[in-house]
Amino acid sequence: MALLTLLAAVTVAIVRQRSLFGVVVLAGIYSFLMATLLIALDAVDVAMTEASVGAGISTVLLLATLHLTKTTEMSPINRNWLPLLVVLIVGAAVVWGTLSLPPFGVADSVVHQHVAPRYLAQSIVETGVPNVVTSVLADYRSYDTLGETTVIFTAGIGVLLLLRGLRRRDDIGGGGES
Amino acid sequence: MQLVKTFAEHYNYVITIFLMMAGLYIVVARGNMVKKLIGLSIFQTSVYLLYITPGKIIGGTAPILDPAFTVYSNPLPHVLILTAIVVGVATLALGLALVVRINECYGTIEEDEIFAKDDDQ
Repeated sequence: MALLTLLAAVTVAIVRQRSLFGVVVLAGIYSFLMATLLIALDAVDVAMTEASVGAGISTVLLLATLHLTKTTEMSPINRNWLPLLVVLIVGAAVVWGTLSLPPFGVADSVVHQHVAPRYLAQSIVETGVPNVVTSVLADYRSYDTLGETTVIFTAGIGVLLLLRGLRRRDDIGGGGES
Repeated sequence: MQLVKTFAEHYNYVITIFLMMAGLYIVVARGNMVKKLIGLSIFQTSVYLLYITPGKIIGGTAPILDPAFTVYSNPLPHVLILTAIVVGVATLALGLALVVRINECYGTIEEDEIFAKDDDQ
């Protein structure tokens, strides 16, 4: 519960911070907090991935982008209250919608009744892997993982195509220096 | 009293939705494109919480089978979110590459300045 509150506090800081470098550092802190929270929620595999991908790779990518662009954010010319209003209304509606969901942590809620008990009971017999997350990821739902790698492959091609001409154009002196 | 109890039992959802709305606010209200992408990833991480907090059972343990434990948290959301994290970083990388490319063309990553330059042409 304290971790959740801390996450909210860091998010407020991210919204208010104008220096993009500060925002990136805060985003790293946010990811580490999220990873700690995931450990507390028993999602150890997810926590490991979040710590390495969210706090590691994302931060490196963001810092590289800041190196190639600017590091301060312009303050908005006109203060517009409409986005805040819309966000508050939508948030209130969604919170109202969650009130009828089962409370946190009870064992007899609907999500625990279907599919998951079968995985917990049968996966050790069918796959021989004690870590259920691994056996579901690699055996029962491996088409998901195939799709995931396809997405990463496509994104990698996209990044390469977008950035391919960057250095060449810089050498000619056509642009890029700004 | 009942209200306080309900709030405490659903506190995970309240914070999840707070994070979600903060991300949405950054995406809508901030003009800087790097900031927009960070807002988008905050929105994404709130969805991780939305999936994983209902899967937790109080008194349960991580879903790694061992004779010493009988109650495990739900492994299925973990698998789904594991995939979502990796897809999330892929989209972030693609978005940042687009930002670098936009900066190369326009010399700025602020939305207002880009619109102003488009109007001039």
